[in-house]
Amino acid sequence: MAKHVIASVREFPADTRKLVEVKGRQIAVFNIKGEFFALANRCPHQGGSLCEGRLTGLVEASEPGQYRYSRRGEIIRCPWHGWEFDVRTGKSYCDPARIRARQFAVSVAPGATLVEGPYVAETFPVRIEDDYVVVDV
Amino acid sequence: MTASWSTIDCDVHVNVPSMQALLPHLDDHWRDHVVDRGMNSLESMNYPPNAPLTARPDWRGKAGAPADTLEALQSHALDRWSIDVAICNCLYGVQLLYSEDMAAAFAKAVNDFVAKEWLDRDARLRASIVVPMQNTDFAVAEIERCAADRRFVQVLVLAMGEMPLGRRQYWPVYAAAERHGLPLGIHAGSSFRHPVTSLGWPSWYAEDYAAQSQGFQTQVASLVCEGVFVKYPKLKVVLLESGVTWLPAFLWRLSKFWRGVRLEVPWLDRSPADIVRDHVRLTIQPFDAPDDPAEVARLIEHMRSDDMLLFSSDFPHWQFDGDDVFPAGIPQQLHGKIRRDNALATYSRLAAQAA
Repeated sequence: MAKHVIASVREFPADTRKLVEVKGRQIAVFNIKGEFFALANRCPHQGGSLCEGRLTGLVEASEPGQYRYSRRGEIIRCPWHGWEFDVRTGKSYCDPARIRARQFAVSVAPGATLVEGPYVAETFPVRIEDDYVVVDV
Repeated sequence: MTASWSTIDCDVHVNVPSMQALLPHLDDHWRDHVVDRGMNSLESMNYPPNAPLTARPDWRGKAGAPADTLEALQSHALDRWSIDVAICNCLYGVQLLYSEDMAAAFAKAVNDFVAKEWLDRDARLRASIVVPMQNTDFAVAEIERCAADRRFVQVLVLAMGEMPLGRRQYWPVYAAAERHGLPLGIHAGSSFRHPVTSLGWPSWYAEDYAAQSQGFQTQVASLVCEGVFVKYPKLKVVLLESGVTWLPAFLWRLSKFWRGVRLEVPWLDRSPADIVRDHVRLTIQPFDAPDDPAEVARLIEHMRSDDMLLFSSDFPHWQFDGDDVFPAGIPQQLHGKIRRDNALATYSRLAAQAA
């Protein structure tokens, strides 16, 4: 595992997402209300690109006709077949014990610490005064 | 008494021999009405009298009319196969009527006829309550009226009615059924409000009968997706004369699509296949299986449950020859469950009577 700088926080505003490639892996990174989450960009069902899915909330019900809607924007639905995955855990709704999208740890680090390493930032320069999104891969 | 019951037949048919037989069970208004209007029969075309399926040749009476005497039921089925308990499902045209009032009157007449002419005359017999689903209040009232008689062990509706059975307007029927420990029995047949296929009317009887399983599929999907089993967790549904082998493939399909659009039905907190295994039961005639016993055994494995199948002869319908009520290939170790245990787990009234 190594920490990879994938973007500056300034260029990755809230409620956007980025598809990045790290060590040959496609990774979907989401900024949800200022929190960052990273999932393998491959739906465990048949490989759909999760980064292209629709973010929705968690719909639950205690009985028919009751709709309890929470965690708006924290559930990603695969664009191919609509399977739901919890962005925070990668777990599927339909079969959380067995089917999950691979999750990667994400953190935000100040540029001052990144310059010292051991971080990998091949694609753009790191500036001391900015904060950066870092993914463990 | 449990030990003395070894075989429970969950689907035998008793027929109304003629309108005359029902007249004593109608009140004065309806009796005169029926006579004055010249209503001779409410037989539907679900089972045309001369269709081969309607009665096995060796079970047809002198006039060719099947299953209209107790003696025939006893000698051809109950005694012959040592059946300890048999649930009578009377298929008469009650569900076809357009008048809600007339449907209620005939449902009552049929249920009273069954109680008096059949249940009273053989202690082995139980019956399903025919309900007028044309009007939910009337259906509930008929359940309440009949439920006091513990020999009524189930509520009976047809596979193809006016609307999908999961719709909420029917829910009071399921509340009443659950309250009284009565499974909902869904029997093959149509009230002919709609064509028997979703594409329109087929030309021939084989198409019609084969299409029944599509009706059952739609009802299973409706009951599950509308959340009937979430609302009524103790309710059991028995598919009668539905065929069996279509079920696993249909559950794969339904569960697969649930995964993609489950947020439309968030009250389902698990796969439709799991819900169906907990709540839905099927009678074994017809089974719709290939002749090869090994293939039948594999089909049974696809059910992924030993609890779902209930013994039935479907007397007098012609589903098998001789005494082969059990399709070849059903594993021997399941026979006891299918003959008795699964029925006792499904019909709480039978379990209470067996205890």
